[in-house]
Amino acid sequence: MINDLWILATASLVAVSCALVGSFLILRRQSLVGDAISHSVLLGIVIAFLATDSRSLPVMLGGAVMIGLLTAWLSDSLHKFGKLQSDASIGIVFTLFFALGVILISLYAGQVDLDQECVLYGEIAFVPFDTIVWGNPETGVDLGPRALWAIGIVFLIVLISILIGFNRLQTVAFHPSLAVSLGINVVFWHYFLMTLVSLTTVASFDAVGAILVVALLVIPASSAYLIAKSLKGMLWLASAYGLASVMIGYAVSYKLDSSISASIAVSAGGLLLATVLALEIRKRKRRLQPNRPVGI
Amino acid sequence: MNPDSRKAPITVNNLNMRYQYKPVLTDVSFEIPEGKTIAIVGPNGAGKSTLLKGIMGLEPLIEGEVKFFGEPLTKKRLATAYVPQREEIDWDFPIDVMDVVLMGRHGQLKLWQRPSKLDYEIAEQALKDLQMWDFKDRQISQLSGGQQQRVFLARALAQQASLYLMDEPFAGVDVATEKAIIELFKNLKAQGKTIVCVHHDLNTVGEYFDWIIFINARLVAAGPVETVLTKENLNKTYGGRLSLLNDLTETMYRTRLNQAHEND
Repeated sequence: MINDLWILATASLVAVSCALVGSFLILRRQSLVGDAISHSVLLGIVIAFLATDSRSLPVMLGGAVMIGLLTAWLSDSLHKFGKLQSDASIGIVFTLFFALGVILISLYAGQVDLDQECVLYGEIAFVPFDTIVWGNPETGVDLGPRALWAIGIVFLIVLISILIGFNRLQTVAFHPSLAVSLGINVVFWHYFLMTLVSLTTVASFDAVGAILVVALLVIPASSAYLIAKSLKGMLWLASAYGLASVMIGYAVSYKLDSSISASIAVSAGGLLLATVLALEIRKRKRRLQPNRPVGI
Repeated sequence: MNPDSRKAPITVNNLNMRYQYKPVLTDVSFEIPEGKTIAIVGPNGAGKSTLLKGIMGLEPLIEGEVKFFGEPLTKKRLATAYVPQREEIDWDFPIDVMDVVLMGRHGQLKLWQRPSKLDYEIAEQALKDLQMWDFKDRQISQLSGGQQQRVFLARALAQQASLYLMDEPFAGVDVATEKAIIELFKNLKAQGKTIVCVHHDLNTVGEYFDWIIFINARLVAAGPVETVLTKENLNKTYGGRLSLLNDLTETMYRTRLNQAHEND
């Protein structure tokens, strides 16, 4: 029972962090960049591990942010100076980084405490067994799962960043030229957002893996985008969609005895589909009502 | 006396701009007077919007410099309000009218500051000036084309700038909005503020503006309407009939675009 709670808590924090960051990616039409960073941070994690021989949280986050920013910068440069299309350059950079990461893992498989399956798909069911222990490993105090701590800290960073930078992030996402004309450093905020994406994806790795984290970045935020009337509303709605996906997904996986993270992603997709359908039905209904007041 | 008033609001020197390798603007130099309404006029592809963006530092200059009241733009950012072209705005963005107008105040606020009561009052007044106060809670996609334009004018107004740069504010707006814009111009001019607009409609340019800058890849003429709005300058700017034809089709396209918007 306590294990279920750990899993649900971790998954919920992952979902909400991804939803918040993902909302800005959707609004800036950069969901592909989220996809890219979520894959290439693998290389960052492996390099950081090989360089320091440590799996501590700051090392992992540092490595991920470094490679995440490099991915964003390199794909931008390939687009600008290599005259390649922007989506092509993103695809080139992140697959390259991801493949390098996979090669490094298989080369040093003995030393790296990461296996490819786990990185790709995550295994949230194992989250409760990898805990942080304060003091002596045998007698110390068990502080709870590592993954929960990781995503908990990242969630706080994301939340505080958005609370403080809300207006700037909003203006930059809405109209970059207008933001420039107001003296806002658009480049800084771009890389700031990319940092948040890198942090969020690496902290979500243990829980949902590199592939499904994309689902949580993109799907709840997209559902929210369809109905939100303000950015604040969109952030709340995206978080709610993320949480609902976690709850439904967990129940489904329990019933079917299947992968938790995959069920969560499928639920997120299901909720998006339901939203699209509901909006379509409402539109048809309105059209059928005669004499409705015409919107000005 | 304010030292600003001695220097021209905008001085452009030898401005050169390119799009990839194609030159768009070559050797453009002019100076505009303070407290006037100024139109940038020229055929399609003449580089009018590019000129405005180059002045605002939104597109890179290959050569040349722009001074605002004798100083570089970085020192006069907030004194310069920009109204982008309507087509360049993401109208589906989840944001309401009030939040757009408040963006005009964000430049003055530090990162951690929230808009104060005064900021809200300024935004409220700006919306009232453009008769958009009743729409303050609407999402911007639920407005007509003219109302959308007025929201962005209110945003610029809330910035309380001394110089307003607008990219085609009259394009595809309804009569009420056109009147509101004219009224706004009058009020701003009465406060000694300067307005620079990219403008498309040759029929109204003499009526709405004090000054004209004729552009066609180069500067053709710049000066008060009475002296520069001549057949010769029009011929030089628009060349043969072909470009006039282009102009006409674009006007039609814009009108249709607007109608489409108002019908949905």
